[in-house]
Amino acid sequence: MSGDVILDIRDLKVSFTARRAGRKRRVQAVDGVSLSLAEGEVLGIVGESGCGKTTVGRSIVGLARPDSGSVAFRGAEMIGAARSSLREMRLNVRMVFQDPYASLNPRRTIGDAVAEAGDINGFFKSRAERSAAIAATLTAVGLDPSFAARFPYELSGGQRQRVGIARAILPTPSIVIADEPVSALDVSVQAQVLNLMMDLREELRLSMLFISHDLAVIGQISSRVAVMYMGRIMEQAPTRTILDHPLHPYTISLMAAVPKPDPSKRILGAIETGEPPSQFNRPAGCVFAPRCPLASNRCRGDVPELRPVGDGRVVACHNI
Amino acid sequence: MLSVRDLTVSLGPERAPVDIVAGVSFGLARGEILGLVGESGCGKSMTSLAVMGLLPQPGPRVRAGQVLLDGSDVTQLQPWQRVEAGHGRMAMIFQEPMTSLNPVRRIGDQITEAVQVHERLAGAAALARARELLELVRMPDPGMQLSAYPHQLSGGQRQRVMIAIALACRPQVLIADEPTTALDVTIQVQILGLLRELCNRLDMAILFITHDMGVIAQLADRVAVMYAGRIVETAPVGALFEAPRHPYTSGLMDCMPSRNSGARRLPTIAGQPPKPSRVAAGCVFAPRCASVREACRLATPPRAEVAQGHEVLCAFPLNGGGLP
Repeated sequence: MSGDVILDIRDLKVSFTARRAGRKRRVQAVDGVSLSLAEGEVLGIVGESGCGKTTVGRSIVGLARPDSGSVAFRGAEMIGAARSSLREMRLNVRMVFQDPYASLNPRRTIGDAVAEAGDINGFFKSRAERSAAIAATLTAVGLDPSFAARFPYELSGGQRQRVGIARAILPTPSIVIADEPVSALDVSVQAQVLNLMMDLREELRLSMLFISHDLAVIGQISSRVAVMYMGRIMEQAPTRTILDHPLHPYTISLMAAVPKPDPSKRILGAIETGEPPSQFNRPAGCVFAPRCPLASNRCRGDVPELRPVGDGRVVACHNI
Repeated sequence: MLSVRDLTVSLGPERAPVDIVAGVSFGLARGEILGLVGESGCGKSMTSLAVMGLLPQPGPRVRAGQVLLDGSDVTQLQPWQRVEAGHGRMAMIFQEPMTSLNPVRRIGDQITEAVQVHERLAGAAALARARELLELVRMPDPGMQLSAYPHQLSGGQRQRVMIAIALACRPQVLIADEPTTALDVTIQVQILGLLRELCNRLDMAILFITHDMGVIAQLADRVAVMYAGRIVETAPVGALFEAPRHPYTSGLMDCMPSRNSGARRLPTIAGQPPKPSRVAAGCVFAPRCASVREACRLATPPRAEVAQGHEVLCAFPLNGGGLP
C-alpha cells in the first residue's frame, strides 16, 4: 500500500456558473481539495449529494474543467497538457459511471461499447485481435463472450454495470475512477459487483478512486477514506481508523445517520440536525459550522486547515 | 385496522394473467409501522398502489383478494368513491416529492387544496390548518414556507410538505413508498424520526416500503419480506434480524456490506429473480436457494408459523439457531 504516488491532486478548485433569479452566480463545487493515490491503493471519497465528490472524479478524467490546482499522473501534469500527451494518460486513467442505464449507447452493441477506447486509440491490430480482446474482457467481468453481440436493453442492471466496468479495463489502465458504481443496484447484485471490482483490482493491479455516498460500501472496498462536505475534505484517514473512531463532527454525524441493520438501535422520535446551507450562500468559516454541535465563533470566522493528528489521519476542525 | 387478504395483482389478458403480486396477505394495527422490504421488481410498490387504489389505468388490476379498511372492502372503489364513502382515510407519500408537487403553485395552495377536499374548510381557516400541518411535520419557519414554491425547498423539506398534504385527511393509514431513498442519510434520519413521531402522536399506522434493511431495522415494528410477488417471511423486527428463517431473508442480510465489515469477499445470492411470466412450479426462490431440496422444486411451500407472529413461506425453514 505504501507504494509510489501514482495520482497527485493539489489544491483543486472547480466552480460552475448557475443562473438563479435571472442572475449568474458562481457555485464553488470543489474548494481546494488535495489527495494522493498510491500505486495499488483504493482510496474512497465519501460524502452526500452536492459535496463535490463526483466533480473531483470528473476533473481527473477531463470531464470537468478546474479553475486552478493540479492533477498529476505519475508526475506529469494533466491539467492544460497538450492533447497528444493526454491521450496516453487518458487510457491509463478510466472511469466507471453510476448509472449503467444512462452510460451505454442504446444503439451500439456491447462489444462496440467495450472496444470503444481501444478503437479510438488504434489499439487493435486486426479484427480477430479486437474480438479476442472483447471476449477476454467480457469473461474477466463475469459475462459470457456472446454478450458482445447484444444490445444494452437486453441486459439487467447488474450486467450493464459489468459492461461499464469492462469498458474501463480495455486496454488495461493503471487507475480506475469509480463514481458510485453500485448505487443503482439492488443489494444482492451490489455484493456481486463489489466482489468483481475487488478481484479485478488484484488481478490487474489497479489503483482505484472509489466515490460513494455509502460508508458501508466504502468500508468494504477502500483502504483509505476522504470525507467531503460542501467541496472540502473534512477528514482523511485509513478506513478502519475512521470507521472505528471518527473524529470530525461531520464524520460523526454522517456515521450516526447511516441506518444500521440492528433493531436495538431504533429511531424512537424526531431528530433535528439541520440541512446543509445553500451552495450560493457558503459559510465564511468552516462549512460545517452551521450544523456543528461544537461550533464556536472561531469556526464561523476562520476556515480550518487540514492538519495531521497522528495515526495517518488529517482533520479540518478547530476543536480537535 | 387494515387487513389485506390474498391480494393478487395481474397484468395481461383475462385468459392468461401474469401475477405480479400473488396472494399477499398482511394486517396493520393502529400505531404500528409495518416494513415491506424487497428488491426492485418484487412487487412491493404494486402492492402498495393496489391497497391505495392507485394502480395505473389501463394496466395492472386486482384479480383477487380483499383490502379491508375497518372491515369494508375497498378494492372495487375508485379513490373519489372512497372519499365519499368515508373510506378516504388512507394517504400515500412517494419517493420523489418533486414529481408529486405542482412546480408552479405555492406550497400553501397545495396544502390548502387537500384541506378543502377533506375538511371542507376554506379561506383563512384552511390556511391556518395548512400552517398547523407544516408545524406538525416540523417544517422550519412554517409561516414563510406557505408562500414558497417547491423549487425553493430542499429535498427533505419537499418530503415534509408531501407528508403534510398526506396528513390533511387525518389518515388512519399512511403508505410510504421509499420516501427517503432519494435523500442523503443525514436528511433521511430526520424524516424517519418524523414518521415515527407522527405514528406515535397521531396513533396512525404506517406501511413503510423500502429496499433498505437498515431503514427497516431502525424504523419498523414488524417486517414483511417480499420476493417475486410473494411475502416470504413476516416477523417482529427483533426476531427477524436475530434469526431470519427464510433463506432469501438470510441471504439478503448476509450480502449487506455493513454486516460484513472486514470480510474479504461479500456473500452473494446466485442468479436473478424470476420474471413474473416465467415462475416455475414449486418454491419461487428454489432456483437461487442455497439450501434447496428436491421437494422445493415440485410443490409450492406451505406458510408455516415458526414462532408467535413469525411466518415463513418455506418447506424447510432455517433453524432459528440457539434460543427457541
